[in-house]
This record gives sequence, structure tokens and C-alpha cells, in this order.
Amino acid sequence: MFVKSKLLATSVLALSLATTSAWAEDIKMGAIAVLEGAFAVLGEDSMRGVELALQEFNYTAGGKTIELITQSSDASPDSAVRGARKLVEQDGVQILVGPLSGSEGIAIKDYSKTQPNVTFVNGVSGAQDTTLREPSENFFRFNTEGAQWMAGLGEYAYNEKGYRTVAVVAEDYSFPYTQVFGFLEPFCRAGGSAPQDARFFVPIGNKDYSSVIAALPDDVDAIYVALGGADAVNFLSQYDQAGGDLPLIGGSITMDQTVLGSKGRTRDFVIGTPSAGPISDTWDDPRWQEFVAKYQEAFPDGFPSPSLFAHGYYINTKAVLLALEEVGGDLSDGGANFREVLANLEFETPTGMVKLDERRQAIGSIFLTEVVEGPDGNLLNKTIKVTENVNQTLGVDYEKFLEYGAVSRENPVCE
Amino acid sequence: MSEPRSYLAAIHPGWWVLLAFLLIYPWFASDFFTYQIGGYTLILGLIALSLMVLAGYGGMISLAQITVAGVAAYALPIFGENANDVLGLGWPEWVLYPFAILLAATFSTLVGLISVRTEGIYTLMITLAIAVSFFFFVRQNYALFNGFQGFSGIDAPTFWGIYWRDPTPFYYLCLAVAAFFFTATVYGSRSTFGLTLQAIRDNPRRMAALGYSVTAHRVYAFFLSGLIAGTAGVLLVLFNGRVSPGTIGVDIAVDILVIAVVGGLRHPIGPFLGALAFVLLENFAIDLIDRERFNTVIGMAFLLVVFFSPDGLIGLWQKATAKMRRRDTLDVKPTAKSTKEETQADLA
Repeated sequence: MFVKSKLLATSVLALSLATTSAWAEDIKMGAIAVLEGAFAVLGEDSMRGVELALQEFNYTAGGKTIELITQSSDASPDSAVRGARKLVEQDGVQILVGPLSGSEGIAIKDYSKTQPNVTFVNGVSGAQDTTLREPSENFFRFNTEGAQWMAGLGEYAYNEKGYRTVAVVAEDYSFPYTQVFGFLEPFCRAGGSAPQDARFFVPIGNKDYSSVIAALPDDVDAIYVALGGADAVNFLSQYDQAGGDLPLIGGSITMDQTVLGSKGRTRDFVIGTPSAGPISDTWDDPRWQEFVAKYQEAFPDGFPSPSLFAHGYYINTKAVLLALEEVGGDLSDGGANFREVLANLEFETPTGMVKLDERRQAIGSIFLTEVVEGPDGNLLNKTIKVTENVNQTLGVDYEKFLEYGAVSRENPVCE
Repeated sequence: MSEPRSYLAAIHPGWWVLLAFLLIYPWFASDFFTYQIGGYTLILGLIALSLMVLAGYGGMISLAQITVAGVAAYALPIFGENANDVLGLGWPEWVLYPFAILLAATFSTLVGLISVRTEGIYTLMITLAIAVSFFFFVRQNYALFNGFQGFSGIDAPTFWGIYWRDPTPFYYLCLAVAAFFFTATVYGSRSTFGLTLQAIRDNPRRMAALGYSVTAHRVYAFFLSGLIAGTAGVLLVLFNGRVSPGTIGVDIAVDILVIAVVGGLRHPIGPFLGALAFVLLENFAIDLIDRERFNTVIGMAFLLVVFFSPDGLIGLWQKATAKMRRRDTLDVKPTAKSTKEETQADLA
């Protein structure tokens, strides 16, 4: 046999590397975001949001110093839970902020049920079921989610734009389903339709949209596009090259700066595209402008303007800090009092007032925007309308909303 | 009396020390170290062991080992219970687990049937293709696999009054399974079948000329490695309590290959060493360095290991002990590694 007992020495050494020092007086806060793979850029901006909130409070709240411990996931639920477990069980964080992606959020919510003395506050993950179905007592979400983000867009497309039938092109996972649902539900309630055979769901990272474009029916008034990042750029440029001329309606991450800033001919034909989301880059409200200025000052190498990821992590972290101030940094009761304060917290964010419903889900403002050409020739999202106090059940009763069923490719049916 | 004694006496005392250490480990390790480091290392080690059996003894590098584990992993919520209202046939556990493992082994056999007639890079490509297509299939199929979201709420069993997802019981469960397959691999490698397989690895044409069925031996190796990977897949689901396409993604398939190569393909302990290094780095690299760069640390560590020792961590260990032995006595016999080096050349 080759391997000797010195193997022990090696493994013991490796274990001892892992021990961490602890300051009894500090409050340990963990933050988890996707810092590897395709979403890494978004995860980095998320962490900027956390740091911005902490800087604002000078890393102290309620007289205690906040020690921030960060962890990465790879956007899969498994890795998010492993990361959370490491922060909670090894590093001993009392508060965890995160995660970033929709399915991760559901997994962390499930995990939070096994750790009743730790407080979990969402990052920016936007799946509906994280708080809608089987919510967890110690999981809070101060950002609005994917269906809320579409508030006002369905009515706007039907009433103002006059669209009656739309085709759908979206990525094939939970977050776009939530967005499609959020857009179609009011659109169809108003009388619009979206035939099932005009809905196209593509894998994330799809490069070639020619088959989708060829199959798009002619008898629709517009195309609702819920694609993100490179997927949106690829679809838009290929649709333009194929001579497509139908007007577009954008999802929350379809018409953002990462797409609008890209080079090429896509630019002109997206002008006039309506979209909706939790932030609007060009909102002239002083609260938002102040946030943008602070972000730009703190992170010269960040985005030109904070993304919705930085914004989401920022308000969730800020909620934690505000609640900590109120309880004087006292988490000695396993955080029960702290969570009580969190649940009743109502505070001013860069995008207006936020409060929670009884399932600890944010009720907040949503921005309806439209792409316009800016003064120096670049494309911007102009704020058309701000809808305040958008709740998760989109204005209907909780029980009635549950009857709509879970988000999926076919929901709502809307023929 | 003499027969079994000689068996036990032949085992180097170092192994007993290692076993004793692993047995008392949960007594002083925290729950986190018992469950997430200990349990997860053993699970990843098992999947990498199934690759080591194929690559080390059979010379066949398969990237589909996580897929095989994934078949067993998906079988649990589909035929057992899940919280997603998709299928969930509710089979009792004593049928479910063996069935899941056998299903995975059967799948592995099919992978073997498809790929054994190829060599080297072509085996790699075929198995990669299988891994990728299975990944996309489960991600897009909602009727059977619940698509992107996968299955959650998969519970661990409770028997003998023990809930088997609690850290210490789960660790011992993994340890027992790992110890079983480890000894089985050591035993199997010296059995007639194991020796024949290694001979086929070294010279398939000569073995065919001698009258051995090269294909049958290779396919059977795929079946055996499927048993290991399938069992690991069941443990993986019990560990996570959920399974989704992300569990069996292509990046994970590459991780398994990295674990096996970094640990070393020459001895069944290699995959477990590799898994330990991988899990420790995955968990703690972010504490050592700026979080934007921690993946670089992981990559560099693996690069250094492979650069300085093509045989992985086992190779480093052997180099170190060989040096010490040389200092003790001048009578050093080089270990019989000529045939093994060919495999390494194949790998490189």
C-alpha cells in the first residue's frame, strides 16, 4: 500500500486551515451571490449593493460592528444551499443576505426552515414561490419579484399601444415564466390573447434564433421578449436581420443598459419598446439620483448606473441594518425580536417606500418605461409611469391568486 | 484461522489508523465539517471512484459518470416522493434505493455499449455528448423531470429510530458505503476480472488474440462503475434533498474528471483525496483571497498538482515517501509503474 498514515497529518492540516476567528461582540452577516459563470458580472454588482448599504452605515448598526462574509454560488440551487450552509454552520452568520437567482431563492427558503435562529433576507432572486407558496417564517424579501415587475405593462400594451394578440419569446426557466405570467395575466384579463403555439421557450445561452423567427406567426400585433443579456442581443439582432418588423414588448432584463448599450443595427428598431421593472435608470426623482451618485462615487469601476441587482441587494441589506439599529444590535434571543421588527419595517428606498405583506414579501414601486433615443444618440429607458404599492398578488385576493396556479409555459392559458 | 489472519496482516497499519480517524471524526468535528465537508467529500469521492475504476483499470475516460449518478438521483423523486406534484409514485424505500442504483448501473451499461468500441478522445467525446444531451433533456422535459426547476422536498429515510440526514448518521452512512466500494475496488482490481481488465487496458489486441472478449469486459466494467456512481447518486439526493439539472451539469462532469485526475488514477484512494481537496477549496478558497479571484486559486491549485505530479496527489505522496525511503536505505526498488505510465500518457 502506498498511502501512509501521514495522510492524517495532511488532512488535519487542511482542517486547521479552515478555522475562523470570531469576535464575540460583532454581528456576522453573510452575503451570497453568483460570482462565477455566466451571471458573475451581475453577482459582482449585487455585492456592490451590499457594500454600498454597509458603507452608508459605516459597517455598524445598533452599536455593533458588522462583519461581512461573502460566498459564491454558481446559480444552481445545490450550490446556493451549500454556500448558505457554509456561512451559517461554519462561519456562524446570524443574518444571511442572498441569493441572486430564482431557483436558488426557493432552495434557500427551504433551507431556512431548518435554521430557525438565523434570519434570511433575499438578495434579488425573483421567483414567485419563494414567498407565495409555503413561505418560511424567517425568510424576508424586500425586493419585488418577477411578476410584480411587470405591473402596468399588460394594461399599457393593451390600452395605450392597442395590441390585441402577442407572441412570446422567453428563456426556458422559472424567472421568465414568472415574467410572462406577470405580463400576460392583466393583458389577457383586459381582453388580449397569446396563443400557445406562438409562445417560444429557448434554453439559456441559445445562439441561433432562426427557427424561432421563422416560426413566428404574422397575425400577431407584437412580440413579448423576456430574454436577458447576450440572449436578448442575439435575438434582437437576428430578428432585425431577418427583416422582422413587429413591435416589441420587453421583460425587465431585456431592455436594460447591457442590451441597449450593445453596438449594431438593433438600436433603431427597439426605440419605442415598452418595458417594466423595479428600477428606471433615468428616473429624475432625487432619491434615485442620490443613489446613483453614491454608487458611482463608491464604485468608479462599476456600471455607469446601478443595475437592478445592486439595487435589490442594497435595499435588502439596508432593511437588515435599519432593523438592527432598532433592536440595538441585540440578537441574543435567536433574532426573534429582530425578525419581528423586520416584518413590520417600512422604509424609504431609492425607488420609493417598501413594506412587507404577511408572507414577508415586499410591496413596492414598479416603473413602466419606454426606450427612447437620448440627446447624445444613445438609447435610454424613459420613465412613463411609476406604480406604487404593487403587491405580489397583483391586486387580487391571496386565495384567488393561488387559483391561477403556479407559473409555467402555459400559464395563463389566454387563447 | 491462518487464512483470514494473513489477509488482515497484509494490510498496512496506516490504513487502520486512517479508518480509526475516519470513525472518530464526527466526535470532534462540527456538524458542518461532518456533513458538508465529510459527507460531501465521500459522495464526490465515490463518483470519482467510479471514473477511476473505468479510467485507471480500464483506460476508458468517461465524462458521463455524473450523468449515471444523475439517473439514480432522478429515480428517487420520480419513483419515490417529491414536493412538486410531478409523478412521485411513492414506492417504499427498500424497493426504491436498490431500483435506483440498478437503473443507474443499467444506464451505465448502455453508455458502455455505445462507447467501448472507441478509444481515448473518442470515448471522451461520446460520453460528453451523452452527458450534455441528458442535461438538456432533463432541463426541457417537464412531464417526467420537471424541467429547469427539478425536484425538491426529497426526504431522507428514518429507520432504526435514526433520521439519516442528521449530520453524524449521514456521515457514517457515506463512510460505510465508501469503505465498501473502496475495498471492493481494491479486491476487484486483483481478481481475475480486474487483472484481465488491466491487461486489456495495456494491450487490447493481444488480449483479443488470447481469446478474451474485450468488449464484454469493458461493458462489465461500465456496469460495475455504474453501481458505484448510482449509489453515490442516491446519497447525493439524500444530501441535497433535491435534484435539478444543475446537479448534473457539464461543469460538474468536468469537476468529477478534475477530482479523479488531481487525486490520482492509480489507486482507489486517489478520488477521495481529490474530492477532499476539491471540497475544501470550494468552501474555503473564498476566505483566502479576494472573492472575485477565488476560482483562480482553485484552478491554480489543481494546475500545480497536475504540473508537479502527473499522478495527482497520490503521486506527490509516493514521491515524498520514496525520497524518505531513499534516505533510510539505498536499496530502492522502483514500483512497477511502466504500464501505468502509458495510461497517464493517454490522459495527458
